[in-house]
Amino acid sequence: MKFDSPATTNPIDQLKIVGKPTNRIDGPAKTTGTATYAYEWKHPDLKPAYGHVVGAGIAKGRIASIDLGDAQAYPGVLAIVTAENAGKLGKSKRNTAKLLGGPEIDHYHQAIAVVIAETFEQARAAAQLVRVEYIRAEGSFDLARSRDSAPDVQNAATGDFLAAFSDAPIQLDETYTTPDHSHAMMEPHASLAAWDGDKLVVWTSNQMIDWGRTDLAATLGIKKDKIQFISPYIGGGFGGKLFLRADVVLAALAARAAKRPVKVALTRPFIFNNTTHRPATIQRIRIGAGKDGKITAIGHETWSGDLPDGGPETAAEQSRLLYAGANRMMATRLALLDLPEGNAMRAPGEAPGLMALEIAIDEMAEKLEIDPIEFRILNDIQVDPEKPTRQFSQRQLVACLRQGAERFAWNKRNPRAGQIRDGEWLVGMGVAAAFRNNIPMKSAARVRVDNRGIVTVETDMTDIGTGSYTIIAQTAAEMMGVGLDMVTVSLGDSAFPVAAGSGGQWGANSSTAGVYAACVKLREALSHKMEFDPSDAVFADGTISAGNRRFTLAEAAGETGVVAEDIMEYGDLAKRYQQSTFGAHFVEVGVDTATAEIRIRRMLAVCAAGRILNPKTARSQVIGAMTMGAGAALMEELVVDKRVGFFVNHDLAGYEVPVHADIPHQDVIFLDETDPTSSPMKAKGVGELGICGVGAAIANAIYNATGVRVRDYPITLDKLLDQMPA
Amino acid sequence: MQRGTEIALSRRVLLVGTGASMAVTAAPPARAQASAPVEPARSNVAITVNGNRHDLELDTRTTLLDALREHLHLTGTKKGCDHGQCGACTVIVEGRRINSCLTLAVMHQGDSVLTIEGLGTPGNLHPLQAAFIEHDGYQCGYCTPGQICSAVAVLDEIKAGIPSHVSTELTAQPEATPAEIRERMSGNICRCGAYANIVEAITEIGGSKA
Repeated sequence: MKFDSPATTNPIDQLKIVGKPTNRIDGPAKTTGTATYAYEWKHPDLKPAYGHVVGAGIAKGRIASIDLGDAQAYPGVLAIVTAENAGKLGKSKRNTAKLLGGPEIDHYHQAIAVVIAETFEQARAAAQLVRVEYIRAEGSFDLARSRDSAPDVQNAATGDFLAAFSDAPIQLDETYTTPDHSHAMMEPHASLAAWDGDKLVVWTSNQMIDWGRTDLAATLGIKKDKIQFISPYIGGGFGGKLFLRADVVLAALAARAAKRPVKVALTRPFIFNNTTHRPATIQRIRIGAGKDGKITAIGHETWSGDLPDGGPETAAEQSRLLYAGANRMMATRLALLDLPEGNAMRAPGEAPGLMALEIAIDEMAEKLEIDPIEFRILNDIQVDPEKPTRQFSQRQLVACLRQGAERFAWNKRNPRAGQIRDGEWLVGMGVAAAFRNNIPMKSAARVRVDNRGIVTVETDMTDIGTGSYTIIAQTAAEMMGVGLDMVTVSLGDSAFPVAAGSGGQWGANSSTAGVYAACVKLREALSHKMEFDPSDAVFADGTISAGNRRFTLAEAAGETGVVAEDIMEYGDLAKRYQQSTFGAHFVEVGVDTATAEIRIRRMLAVCAAGRILNPKTARSQVIGAMTMGAGAALMEELVVDKRVGFFVNHDLAGYEVPVHADIPHQDVIFLDETDPTSSPMKAKGVGELGICGVGAAIANAIYNATGVRVRDYPITLDKLLDQMPA
Repeated sequence: MQRGTEIALSRRVLLVGTGASMAVTAAPPARAQASAPVEPARSNVAITVNGNRHDLELDTRTTLLDALREHLHLTGTKKGCDHGQCGACTVIVEGRRINSCLTLAVMHQGDSVLTIEGLGTPGNLHPLQAAFIEHDGYQCGYCTPGQICSAVAVLDEIKAGIPSHVSTELTAQPEATPAEIRERMSGNICRCGAYANIVEAITEIGGSKA
């Protein structure tokens, strides 16, 4: 099915099942420990050996020699794979650094060997006996030092920014920094690989089944159709499992070398430097406005770094579309750094971009002596500023701000910072806008109905905690006119049609639209079979009917059942309309007057993100993203050792993420919205919107509480302490 | 900045790092110095898990977590960090919650272990399992068994009068308030950020609004 004109009324609009706050259908499996994750596959014939990965001990250079003797002699060791004996390996376009390094080393903890043994304990012990000699090369590890040599890789300009900025009566010119972040999903990257002749089955933990399968084929130099990728449960991803990683490649190579199935999990202290991370940014923001508060010039320049052939953190992107201003200048610059590979993490671009921009907006509002909500509303737009003929499909930023202000009692905020005390605490409120684009992605599914009337959906879509199982079941139930109890959903297997996968907050809208397309085809097939005109056939209460003829779906399916498959593809609606999601974050913090300890007291997000397919799971996506945003604001930082070139705090004790005690009750409001330009589901996404802006709302609340403006994340108490009000 | 220049590093700098990187030595020890590898020690241990006694013969380095997951195939208990930093491996041993990755199986001769599989099944859920589903107290599900085992023990600890860092009085009977639950659950990380919902689920089962 091709979606190339705005949706009209369709069966989803009945909203009998879609749009309801249904419990997750995978809940009983997940809460009882019976959901099977990658490392846990068991079968009587599958007696996997264990692989343990050895990582490079230098950031850049080459291996002079590897002595495997002691490791090979260790009891239980079956084989050791290194680049020397692995055979020729390719590298997919989606990977920046090689997944098995050697002799050249591209980054610290790049995998250089996998030791395979009968047991986990043996493999781990033997891996410590691999002796490596390196020849170290000098590398670049300091973004600030490399800033001036970083070339432009993306630009957007309108009008004459420099002239308008210098003419503006009110100016802001500030620089903000965000550190490197780690996804730190709870399930480590893990894969179990089994060869059967030249066929390979991989049970793994991957957000994008078809990307992973394609890239594994490219890496191993085998045909894609020889590989089956299975990933029905994924213990979190956040972008860290978008791409093929070392666990998959090494499990496959290890299973080949050991001539039996092998499973490989990356250890927690290895993940932070071996896998990808969100790159640090330096962002310079300049805003010029008239005394009336109208922005006349807005400039956002951002610097980040990556390995050769890597990409930038696109932190200036949202600034192209969020606020008014006739004169605009956005520049994205990319330095060469020899740190581990930078790549996507939840809301790449916007997450760090809004952490900077939304502090700048708060600072500008204060210079103008305008309430920060009113300043944002004053500079709201309804068209793409770079192409004013292009409208937003929906843009309810103003409504998000207004409703949030009312719900949060924003009128109680004192616009003068450092004025509100509650015992030993200074208390403040902050606000920030949330913004993230909607990206429609083609997505396919297969739907069958059997002789019991049970509807089964098969698609290689993944559920990384996002709720895909549940909203796909809701979509199929709504389309086929059956209850949720009559729908089963099978996900995450490359034997199924290729779906959008989980990334870029495109999963919910795109994957359900694919299921919608397959269901339309199934409805047609059943109608033809029962000799109904498909446009007259009504699917409701487990029946198909037209006029005075009515059959149960089981009868219509017959003994053999009926199956249909389709793909949803998109025309140019996303080009004709700017499809984005919007929100407003409100935060209240307390800051201890003596210690500058920061505690979040209240959090509210108001979101306008198209049709909300399941308010319960969508709310969870938003509160989860708010929590990750709180981590980014207050504690998360991969600390770079700039001499040796690696992330020092590479475990969950050193890389701090929010825990229960850090997070208060959180409120989420979804505004009524349907977006007919997005898909027949009229949905967009919320999984990333929730992290966008929340860090700045926290930063602005800290400023309002204390009068101390910190522009260098994370905002830890040491950055406040010497400036705290007496 | 110069790139590609080979430089000699001092031993001190080379030894920065962990694990395998410690093998970065200028002169690896000659293999002759390491005598023939010693077979790892093995030991018998009897552990009762969810009411069933298991007699195991294990490499003594096997953690309780790996004994459950790799030997008894009880994979409901999760390995998130293997270093006692995340809580995903929480089980209840002799009535107390512990990180099963931080204890060796052979230290538990005769012990009774309760895991997520022993609390309830999809067809017969423990009230906390049902409350987690109702309040959507999970997303990816990987920390969930640890959260639920921890929550069961937290409610028992509060009933037993054990104070926490946020208890205002050490000798008073603590209440299962949201603040007490947040404090006591803080060893169980949920990167999906379901904390607010988890606290609501626990509060519904054992809580006090005060």
